[in-house]
Amino acid sequence: MNENLFASFITPTIMGLPIVMLITMLPSMLFPTPSHFINNRLISLQQRFTQLILKQLMAAHNTKGRTWSLMLTSLILFIGSTNLLGLLPYSFTPTTQLSMNLGMAIPLWAATVITGFRHKTKSSFAHFLPQGTPTPLIPMLVIIETISLFIQPMALAVRLTANITAGHLLMHLIGSATLILTSISPAAASITFIILVSLTTLELAVALIQAYVFTLLISLYLHENT
Amino acid sequence: PVKEKKLMDVKLGELPSWILMRDFTPKGIAGAFQRGYYRYYNKYINVKKGSVAGVTMVLAAYVLFSYCLSYKELKHERLRKYH
Repeated sequence: MNENLFASFITPTIMGLPIVMLITMLPSMLFPTPSHFINNRLISLQQRFTQLILKQLMAAHNTKGRTWSLMLTSLILFIGSTNLLGLLPYSFTPTTQLSMNLGMAIPLWAATVITGFRHKTKSSFAHFLPQGTPTPLIPMLVIIETISLFIQPMALAVRLTANITAGHLLMHLIGSATLILTSISPAAASITFIILVSLTTLELAVALIQAYVFTLLISLYLHENT
Repeated sequence: PVKEKKLMDVKLGELPSWILMRDFTPKGIAGAFQRGYYRYYNKYINVKKGSVAGVTMVLAAYVLFSYCLSYKELKHERLRKYH
């Protein structure tokens, strides 16, 4: 059981050809592009949700921060749709791979930091020292603030990976436990099944929430730095 | 001539020669994928009141596809006495 527990997380290949790229590009094919001024029902729904997300995300930024709106909106749509697609049986979720999440987190975080350095140099350096600290504490506090700054991208990537991976693993385990318990005692199996159902709803929420949190944090880092 | 007939008009004996005369260049294969994609898209998604069935069929096909991909690892989970 140990081997096939983690087998759903290996990158899929067809006879040695990595098709993980195709699977990562799949969610983009599920969002059709609007062609007319007034579109059909599906595209209008999609447009409404995109506008809702855009307004929520970009309300707190000034003009300079709003140049990031395309990036942040596409980020939250990508992470949300990828996580939700991973809840289907037998599917592969690219966001369970730490490599991909690091690749998303580090450039975005670095971009916010470098933007801050370029445009508000003094103010972004001043973030390293909170207001009103007693003088002897200053060197230690600068070190601590630097460490907390550099841990931001790591935390972003690892948070997303760990949440999605842990959710998938839990569902696998509880699902197989339910299957085995049905032949031993149906009462315990029904309890486990109820746990499975509640876990699935939690996973649905987590999929969306993780996307939101990722994007929100990046927009927060952006807000401090523009 | 066999080449220009559509599939429904080709007689059964002519079928191998019809298949071999199709365009297997990369441009031809890309054209085939594009035609298939737009055929599905215009029938189920690009209609005035698209429903959940159009999207659900795509997701079901994705589940089947992933099942085929991971069949090798799933072979061990069949309920058999001897594996």
